[in-house]
Amino acid sequence: MMICDQNMVIRVIENMADLIAEKKDFLTELDSKIGDGDHGINMNRGFVAVRSKLGGVRERSIGSILKTVGMTLVSTVGGASGPLYGTAFMYAGNEVGEKNELSFEDVVALSEAALAGIIKRGRAEVGDKTMVDTVYPVVEYLRSVKLQRTVLTNLAKGVTETARRGMHSTKALMARKGRASFLKERSIGHLDPGAVSSYFLTCAVTDEAPEL
Amino acid sequence: MVGVVIVSHSAKVAEGTKEIAEQMVGGELQIIACGGDQKGGIGTDPDRIRAAISMADQGEGVVVLADLGSAVLSVGLILDSLPAKQKQRVQMADAPLVEGTVIAAVESALGKNLRQVLAGAREAKFLEKTEDV
Repeated sequence: MMICDQNMVIRVIENMADLIAEKKDFLTELDSKIGDGDHGINMNRGFVAVRSKLGGVRERSIGSILKTVGMTLVSTVGGASGPLYGTAFMYAGNEVGEKNELSFEDVVALSEAALAGIIKRGRAEVGDKTMVDTVYPVVEYLRSVKLQRTVLTNLAKGVTETARRGMHSTKALMARKGRASFLKERSIGHLDPGAVSSYFLTCAVTDEAPEL
Repeated sequence: MVGVVIVSHSAKVAEGTKEIAEQMVGGELQIIACGGDQKGGIGTDPDRIRAAISMADQGEGVVVLADLGSAVLSVGLILDSLPAKQKQRVQMADAPLVEGTVIAAVESALGKNLRQVLAGAREAKFLEKTEDV
């Protein structure tokens, strides 16, 4: 069963750009507490550039669209989230290749590839207080779902809620990766900005309104 | 000679590090400074890093020194995406930026090969600055 086509992929990416623009100041504020205070600005710069590229790739395969998004993020973000999200999109694009429609199994494989890209680049594990804390449980959840028994709206809710819980788990953690790790125990008590932006991007995929 | 590329969040740090290293080796060596984001602010610009690596690569290899987080991630990403032939002769040094660059530049100017320059730069991790360690 096909659950996603090129138009949906384009719409999801536009959703991402909208949501990042809307949450730009919030992400930057989070980052100024335990990082270098540019996460929202960087992500928005990246997604503004991505949006401007979408017109030119609309007709291409899903893999090609995702790879364009990844390369654009790498070139324009300017912070650590550029190589991390960029690699995620490029790996996801590689995984789905020339397809114009995706089955649920394709979406699972795409998510696994994106996570593998983030882990390869950042070498972070669950519990390090990074975007992996949001993305890893989502991939685990997707792997566990038997779609025949799950209506798509339930699936979207499940994914969003899993990402939200993952994001919130970073608050109690001490950072072991990234600039926040220099703060040691002072990083505890703050959400990780990358985990939060990953949650927003997940909401853009599931088309659910983010709740913090 | 092995080329040296300096990647910092700050254009000033990259340029300044290059100046310090060049004081040791004169103009005999390709040292490329690559600092800041696309607009010269604090950050990294992978496209410019890629160009700096090809500029520094004269066939005997390139050692890249990077400062923090996104600089290290961006360099890793670029090294992974190099063509197989070039991949073997371009490596990131596991070293602090300034000290590592100076040692790498000196080793390279002495005609050492890529492996030796990398090993030299890595020694910079263990430079003692106080006696009571």
